Amino acid sequence: MNDQNDIEKPTTVDLAAAFEESGVRDILQELDETMIGLAPVKQRIRETAALLLVDRARQQMGLSSETPTLHMSFTGNPGTGKTTVALKMADLLHRLGYVRKGHLVTVTRDDLVGQYIGHTAPKTKEVLKKAMGGVLFIDEAYYLYRPENERDYGQEAIEILLQVMENNRDDLVVIMAGYADRMDRFFNANPGFRSRMAHHIEFPDYTDAELDQIAAVMLNGLGYRFDQGGEKAMAEYIRLRRAQPHFANARSVRNALDRARLRQANRLFNEAKGPLDARALSTISEPDIRMSRVFQGGLDVDRKPVAGAA
Amino acid sequence: MRLTQGQFSFLPDLSDDDIRVQAQYAIDNGWAVSVEYTDDPHPRNTYWEMWGHPMFDNPDAAAVVFEVNECRKEHGGKYIRVIAFDASPGWESIRMSFIVNRPKDEPGFRVVRQEVDGRAIRYAIESYAVREPEGQRYA
Repeated sequence: MNDQNDIEKPTTVDLAAAFEESGVRDILQELDETMIGLAPVKQRIRETAALLLVDRARQQMGLSSETPTLHMSFTGNPGTGKTTVALKMADLLHRLGYVRKGHLVTVTRDDLVGQYIGHTAPKTKEVLKKAMGGVLFIDEAYYLYRPENERDYGQEAIEILLQVMENNRDDLVVIMAGYADRMDRFFNANPGFRSRMAHHIEFPDYTDAELDQIAAVMLNGLGYRFDQGGEKAMAEYIRLRRAQPHFANARSVRNALDRARLRQANRLFNEAKGPLDARALSTISEPDIRMSRVFQGGLDVDRKPVAGAA
Repeated sequence: MRLTQGQFSFLPDLSDDDIRVQAQYAIDNGWAVSVEYTDDPHPRNTYWEMWGHPMFDNPDAAAVVFEVNECRKEHGGKYIRVIAFDASPGWESIRMSFIVNRPKDEPGFRVVRQEVDGRAIRYAIESYAVREPEGQRYA
């Protein structure tokens, strides 16, 4: 690190070359290709990448020496790709040289907060140490703060987090994720976090058309495909599922596909009389989707209260 | 008298950055790095007090520097060393060991002569520091 001072500082900088060289283009391209929709997120990441690239160039020319604050918050509904984008972000920061290793450590409240007095600090520090040189991703960060229980140890974890986020800025980047409204309340109750977070990125819900596309891509990844009826049924499924509780965007789609595969296997097993070809084995058709509870009005209807129960 | 044990002990004190680079070398080799401290500088005092667990699954050496600094806060007036264990032979063998913190004042060692078996003499060395009880050495 000390050698950098001895090297003669460049007087001009070629941003395009730096962009090519750092491999940022590959990541942005990968992001564009593998993630469907999420236009505002991609836009923000492109902006962030540009900022970091320019910052790095400034640093090389000796115009600034401060490490920029890189902690981020990702807000959005479940299944909108927060974790996947965090992984890409870790890779991006690694290629730009802002984190040394570029690994992602995903934790929730349970990994940070202990069960008894004196248990929290070592536990939190252990996690922080593991994340050093990489990115710490705290999913549903607002569970750390539980104002209704004054004996909650979450506060202790928050204090350590804040301290490390400030003092070890060169060593790790913290990304907090969760639902938008609860994150807002969390940040209002802990203003220290808001001021330490440089980038707030909102993940919008996927549109129906985007989810259709996601379903096709996921299925393709598993080596299956829809026939015409299946595709139509899936589109209908997505529109119905959205109106029902616990809808989790892409995650709901994935779960639906998993269950469809189960039903398809069952159907083939029961109906097949002769030998099956590859096409039959890898086609999801209409009945596999139509069997879902979603078409019968959702999850609540099939668990009627037991007659006679109090 | 400057204590010279382990690696780099004839060099000037290591900076945090030096420690990080050395620890990263150990981690990159797959060795478990840990931090230990003591106030008994005798060369045959092999087992120092452990500062936390060995760091088996930290990919980055910043964690080691962090722990060294935590240990300095608590035991700044004692000897602190970083050691790296290699478990690949099936047992834990030390690959690296270097002192990262030492007391301000190192009084050194004296020779103790003991007459045994007639006029035969046995020699031992003893640190001046250990004449004080544990915890009160190095003020």
